[in-house]
Amino acid sequence: MKCLNFFLAILLIFSFNLLKADEIKLQNKITKNLRCLICQGQSVYDSDSEFAISLKVVIKNKIEEGFTEDQIYKYLTNKYGDWILYDPEFNKNTYFLWFTPLLIFLIGGAIISKKLINIKK
Amino acid sequence: MKIRIFYFLIVIFFIFVFVIFYKGLNNSNLYTPNTSIKSIPEFTSDTLIKKKSLNSKDIFIKNNFYLLNIWASWCVPCRDEHPLLMNLTKNQKIEVIGLNYKDNMSNAEKFINELGNPYSTIFLDKDGTKSIEWGAFGVPETFLIYENKIIKRYIGPLNSKLISEIKSYIK
Repeated sequence: MKCLNFFLAILLIFSFNLLKADEIKLQNKITKNLRCLICQGQSVYDSDSEFAISLKVVIKNKIEEGFTEDQIYKYLTNKYGDWILYDPEFNKNTYFLWFTPLLIFLIGGAIISKKLINIKK
Repeated sequence: MKIRIFYFLIVIFFIFVFVIFYKGLNNSNLYTPNTSIKSIPEFTSDTLIKKKSLNSKDIFIKNNFYLLNIWASWCVPCRDEHPLLMNLTKNQKIEVIGLNYKDNMSNAEKFINELGNPYSTIFLDKDGTKSIEWGAFGVPETFLIYENKIIKRYIGPLNSKLISEIKSYIK
């Protein structure tokens, strides 16, 4: 019986560790996608500024409260705007951002193919 | 003819780019977020001088103007704007509330004892999470509040020009 209890205790501790590891993984994933607004070209994950440290605490608390990744992004963009995300969501403000590269690529492709056709002729 | 149009278009393009970049030079490089926080966030926190836990709801009650100032004793620009806040407290129509950011308690008390206390209440934000609720970047930062709504925010230290702007709001 003692042996079983011991085994169960070990299992319990191990499962907690796994749970915590998942939370840390999610926290790192989120902070890597957040721009440290007061730093130059650093993510919140990379930065050790006071702002980034506080933001890491907030994200950790939110994950513990059961917020999903999207809910956390929404919570932060409400406060800091889309600029805080490295990977901004697809909405009416970001259509231009998402479609411009595609448009340029298509126009470039059209120019090149037209030239190639002309050469062949 | 075709080549001339081509050169003309290139010149127009460069002029266009130049104008855009030249205009960009005049823009402030301080990023101000488009926050959608309309009403002020509610929080409970310990206070510095009263030494008891208070809810923000009990502070921002009246139809009065409030100025929430995020400060810290280690922040040098806060020291510069402090006399301006002291001066602002002479105005009866506005109440200045402090939010002490990631500070050492004894240093914060020393700062207040040395330079005077413009704040009617000083909330403590030991880990910086309450400032994040406000959508703040750090210290110093100031929010002008009326009827539980943020009507203006100032990132960075206040100066006499901004103080007169605040005074024009509360006239």
